[in-house]
Amino acid sequence: MKETPLSNCERRFLLRAIEEKKRLDGRQTYDYRNIKISFGTDYGCCIVELGKTRVLGQVSCELVSPKLNRATEGILFFNLELSQMAAPAFEPGRQSDLLVKLNRLLERCLRNSKCIDTESLCVVAGEKVWQIRVDLHLLNHDGNIIDAASIAAIVALSHFRRPDVSVQGDEVTLYTPEERDPVPLSIHHMPICVSFAFFQQGTYLLVDPNEREERVMDGLLVIAMNKHREICTIQSSGGIMLLKDQVLRCSKIAGVKVAEITELIQKALENDQKVRKEGGKFGFAESIANQRITAFKMEKAPIDTSDVEEKAEEIIAEAEPPSEVVSKPVLWTTGTAQIGEGIENFWGDLEDSGKEDEDEGGSDEAIILDSIKMDTGVEVPNIGSQDAPIVLSDSEEEEMIILEPDKNPKKIRTQTISAKQEKAPSKKPVKKRKKKRAAN
Amino acid sequence: MAEAAAVAAESLAGGRARAARTVLNQVVLPGEELLLPEQEDAEGPGGGGERPLRLNAGARSRVRVVCGPGLRRCGDRLLVTKCGRLRHKEPGSGSGGGVYWVDSQQKRYVPVKGDHVIGIVTAKSGDIFKVDVGGSEPASLSYLAFEGATKRNRPNVQVGDLIYGQFVVANKDMEPEMVCIDSCGRANGMGVIGHDGLLFKVTLGLIRKLLAPDCEIIQEVGKLYPLEIVFGMNGRIWVKAKTIQQTLILANILEACEHMTTDQRKQIFSRLAES
Repeated sequence: MKETPLSNCERRFLLRAIEEKKRLDGRQTYDYRNIKISFGTDYGCCIVELGKTRVLGQVSCELVSPKLNRATEGILFFNLELSQMAAPAFEPGRQSDLLVKLNRLLERCLRNSKCIDTESLCVVAGEKVWQIRVDLHLLNHDGNIIDAASIAAIVALSHFRRPDVSVQGDEVTLYTPEERDPVPLSIHHMPICVSFAFFQQGTYLLVDPNEREERVMDGLLVIAMNKHREICTIQSSGGIMLLKDQVLRCSKIAGVKVAEITELIQKALENDQKVRKEGGKFGFAESIANQRITAFKMEKAPIDTSDVEEKAEEIIAEAEPPSEVVSKPVLWTTGTAQIGEGIENFWGDLEDSGKEDEDEGGSDEAIILDSIKMDTGVEVPNIGSQDAPIVLSDSEEEEMIILEPDKNPKKIRTQTISAKQEKAPSKKPVKKRKKKRAAN
Repeated sequence: MAEAAAVAAESLAGGRARAARTVLNQVVLPGEELLLPEQEDAEGPGGGGERPLRLNAGARSRVRVVCGPGLRRCGDRLLVTKCGRLRHKEPGSGSGGGVYWVDSQQKRYVPVKGDHVIGIVTAKSGDIFKVDVGGSEPASLSYLAFEGATKRNRPNVQVGDLIYGQFVVANKDMEPEMVCIDSCGRANGMGVIGHDGLLFKVTLGLIRKLLAPDCEIIQEVGKLYPLEIVFGMNGRIWVKAKTIQQTLILANILEACEHMTTDQRKQIFSRLAES
């Protein structure tokens, strides 16, 4: 599907607003949109929201043989995907220019800056190394994909835990999370991309452009930096001429922004760690904000709660008490016994079943209690010293206990038989009705 | 008991159809079947068991029922195709019938004949314009479909301009067609929208709420600043105030109205009116 075109009036309005130092969402020139980081239940899974732009990051690992020229280094793999869900203009299964550009930039930002210690991913030199794969999915597109993706990638990597491995001689043992706690990756620093959009040949500059601002911008400058103010990557696109002091100013702004974002990431990671340790609730489901649509709000219906208690008591009083329980077990043959007569069956009838269930449960309990009492009654003279409710250890008792598991199947059998008997007559009225309708 | 079982069996066979009248203003879900009022006495769940034989079964009084958005006719019942609240409007004369529809929330617009929408001109080819309205395909707009346009006197429309128009053809298998004149050949407010102002998108549910005859939001907005505003049924709003600042404020307020309660909205409006 084609992208929604940008109308002339939007373009004109946006440019005029930028000239007046105003932005559509009320931000200042150097402001980021709200960043929200939430983690999944698994390690290495996170969603980063930058305003309405959302990126899902998922890290996975695998033991593979290393590359020939780098025998002692693990392999890092990054993959960003732009699904159609993010924006209808993205076509599935095609590497668009934008996608190639973003993937390349991500790789340069994260792999070439050596933020992950690849040597620590080596298990057996030349034979087995860890391959760490970072999958990033764009879930919603509202501009500035690269910043959101770079944050998601580094957050997912710092959140990720790989299974522990031990090497003894030639033997490599992989431990499950239950045996040994998984180990985090060693991360040297956190490179984060900061985008600057330029308008009117570099006269005006905006940080974190949203989708509509991206459409009217002349050029884009992306600076990847860590909190130590080391530039990891810098890329300018759109073909605008930038002055030296403009680039320097951008790098200063980037330094400030990166420090803020790194702090936010650290805080989010700590929070998640704490919640996991305390055994609280975590995962995406816990972090979704509840946004209500008020356009179709239903008015609250008034419920009369004045005489609830009286009514409940009335219902209880009117209800029939559970039927008398015959608690004498009848031993038919060895290993087969029956207690009571079974309960009247209501299988054909759906509406009453709830009530009957309750009754049934109550009487059942009574039966079991009775039988236990009887057991103890029999046991006490035999053993003498035991007066507490049975400890199931003696062989004699075991014999008695056979009654319980056997009693249930018997009961069910009687029930099913009676159910059949019940069902047969209940079908008839239905047929009658159908006939009547046909006559009508 | 046997009767209750029979009714349960019947309602299972009939897909648990409820009477449309009993679920008015309640939430309905796709796949649900609704009974119309005149069928209620004949097939409604209350009428089970013994039923007097009808002598004039064929000669039922005819009522006209219109299926609005979110409903489809399925045999002699209404089938719900969207989730939302069921609405009903009584016809002007007589009882029974009327219009039933489902108020639902969505973002994607589907062209409907007679809707007034805001489109963006994407191409000029020969004697028609292609207009993007947010549907699955662009609508076509003839250059003669403007007020006072003739073969010689062409309207001045550029690619990227905003058009406020009305659908005359909107079928699911055909290219939709727009016009900017009414049946008398008058513009009636339609045509090319001015070159300033801001266009933004909201959900279709919000647009319907804003366009409702007794909408408070619009009256309150009108008290804030003098403004020009155009609502398209396709979820697009064009707004223009005196300054860029005011235009931005209006756009953001209208967008935010979706998730605000009446009290919150009143607070924000009073705060804005003070400043």
